[in-house]
Amino acid sequence: MNRHLISAADLSREDALRVLDTADELARISDRPIKKLPTLRGRTVVNLFFEDSTRTRISFEAAAKRLSADVINFSAKGSSVAKGESLKDTALTLEAMGADAVVIRHNASGAPHRLAEWVHGSVINAGDGAHEHPTQALLDAFTIRRRFGRSSGSGAGQGGALDGLRVTIVGDILHSRVARSNVLLLHTLGAEVLLIAPPTLLPVAVDTWPCSIDYDLDAALPKSDVVMMLRVQQERMNAAYFPSVREYSRRYGLDSDRMAQLPERAIVMHPGPMNRGVEIAAGVADSPRSTVVEQVANGVSVRMAVLYLLLGGAEEGQ
Amino acid sequence: MSAGGAAWLIRGARPLGGGPADIGVRDGLVAGLGTGAAAEAGPGAQVLDAAGLIALPGLIDLHTHLREPGREDAETVETGTMAAALGGFTAVHAMANTEPVADTAGVVEQIWRLGRHAGHCAVVPVGAVTSGLAGKQLAELGAMADSAARVRVFSDDGRCVSDAVLMRRALEYVKAFDGVIAQHAQEPRLTEGAQMNEGEVSGRLGLAGWPAVAEEAVIARDCLLAAHVGSALHLCHVSTAGSVEIIRWAKSKGWQVTAEVTPHHLLLTDELVAGYDPVYKVNPPLRTAADVAALRAALADGTIDCVATDHAPHPLEDKETEWAAAAFGMTGLETALRVVQEAMVETGLLDWAGVADRMSARPAAIGRLPGHGQPLAPGSPASLTLYDPEPREAVDPATHASRSRNSPFAGRVLPGRVVATFLHGRPTVLDGKLA
Repeated sequence: MNRHLISAADLSREDALRVLDTADELARISDRPIKKLPTLRGRTVVNLFFEDSTRTRISFEAAAKRLSADVINFSAKGSSVAKGESLKDTALTLEAMGADAVVIRHNASGAPHRLAEWVHGSVINAGDGAHEHPTQALLDAFTIRRRFGRSSGSGAGQGGALDGLRVTIVGDILHSRVARSNVLLLHTLGAEVLLIAPPTLLPVAVDTWPCSIDYDLDAALPKSDVVMMLRVQQERMNAAYFPSVREYSRRYGLDSDRMAQLPERAIVMHPGPMNRGVEIAAGVADSPRSTVVEQVANGVSVRMAVLYLLLGGAEEGQ
Repeated sequence: MSAGGAAWLIRGARPLGGGPADIGVRDGLVAGLGTGAAAEAGPGAQVLDAAGLIALPGLIDLHTHLREPGREDAETVETGTMAAALGGFTAVHAMANTEPVADTAGVVEQIWRLGRHAGHCAVVPVGAVTSGLAGKQLAELGAMADSAARVRVFSDDGRCVSDAVLMRRALEYVKAFDGVIAQHAQEPRLTEGAQMNEGEVSGRLGLAGWPAVAEEAVIARDCLLAAHVGSALHLCHVSTAGSVEIIRWAKSKGWQVTAEVTPHHLLLTDELVAGYDPVYKVNPPLRTAADVAALRAALADGTIDCVATDHAPHPLEDKETEWAAAAFGMTGLETALRVVQEAMVETGLLDWAGVADRMSARPAAIGRLPGHGQPLAPGSPASLTLYDPEPREAVDPATHASRSRNSPFAGRVLPGRVVATFLHGRPTVLDGKLA
């Protein structure tokens, strides 16, 4: 694996399966009464968050702590980010403190790339602007693999990939880092990805992505094994991307009637936080098909695996 | 700035890349060319061995940001004109987006005087079209035209004159003193928050896209306006294949439309943004390989009249940031001729006579600059550039005279070296160094 995890494209199929298998292994430890491993004792993981995201931050924090790493939370929101030196100055500060890994969330696409030029430790992208969110894609792949019985069994043995599974991602593709990372990773793992969105919320050259595109959610549902609903951000609602929230919900929201069109085994995913009643109806979010809560739990296991492989692997290498 | 005192005999240079000929320089003028040059220069002339060097008329830049007054941490008239001379330029047009804005006779005269005082090349101020570049009301264009700076080119560069009525009035108004409006074509609503060319790469990188149509729509409108009022329109830093088609059409109608292209848009593409290094962040943005090919072809066939650098220096702290926080712009004066050799000459699209036309004669004509951009002939002002096309070396911004280091060509191997520059008979650069 690379030293950093910045894009899902950094992961080969072999790398991705290794992360997922390791996460399977680590998930079993999370089921024990004592959840802690000594693996990263004495290593320092910094959570560097320039954007509010309590969910992602505590997921990384729990992951690092279960591996016995020292965790420093650095919330840079509200500091003089606009001027820009702060990212470099922050990087130099972290470097001086001896961070072995920096988990960064930033509202500017590419900020983790810049950070990686200024620090020696591993950089893990926890979401950068509209670019990528690779650990979200890994936890989504992990969740799909479990639900479709392709995980590695207890004991040794490699789990399977996602070959042949049909994953439909619905919503604001244009601004979604979750969608970008998922398209890349799910394609790497052999899934067939279909994007459904109003044309205003698709990038102009989306036809160059390794997936197919359509505007019709109803036509897509009967041939989907997985439906992943994306959050509609508040700021899109007043920027002429669609006429009204109600129209969006009617055309691209997943309600119970639409859910009934899914094949029997199909699952419904959402990266959270959900707008209940907008992109997903409450009855769908709380149905047995919904993996929303599992996704959160799986997030910790997958992030443990990423930290373990990036930091533990580096130690062996030296 | 007056005629240089010493006489020079430049031996064995190749005017416009042709056969070797001596060039005699005396009293600020080309005194003789070929046989007889030595006699015209006189027995006291200093001799410069220029065997193998290409002699070009001094280069003229229609689009330079000298940053003074206001951002002397990025560039000053002194350092910017040093960079210009080292790049082979004998005149630069200083863009109006300084602080204060060059929108009054007082500011343009100050910049003009700073240029004369520095003495490395002529500094020709560009006046703002609207007061404070605010796009609300016309600046006092006539006062700037009548000032000692003799402003003829007006531009709100950095901002588009997007109001159609204001643009029409500006085009009409400058007819009274043979002015030209240089438009920065960028439809503001279509480019709110835009970070890079909108296309495959912007979609992949999650950076807000800057559609080609935002440039092309304004160019189309302004060509029609220029035709309607019978005035002269110049289009700054054209960057898309679609813009080229519109300009070709406008010229076919006989309208007074001219256009420039930057060296970086002739060589670099948006793929370079993939690493999020803001040294590649520029307005207009780097486009696709197809756009680069169209721009080269348009410069070769004359649809695009000239090369202009859009030299835009920025201090390190304005570039050493995440992409979205970084400033737009690239330096270009010290690499322009080398890039043009790489993109246009090595590819067979232009010969050296063509380079002289696109980098000297035409920009001087567009800028209404008397005494510049004239052919290398007896009686012409002795403003010329001696250029060695042979060496190939990596660009090292640390060696540049510009105060700023934001060259997108850093580390890139480019051909050529400016050996000497003469301004009205006086060397400003000799042996690649400031004279």
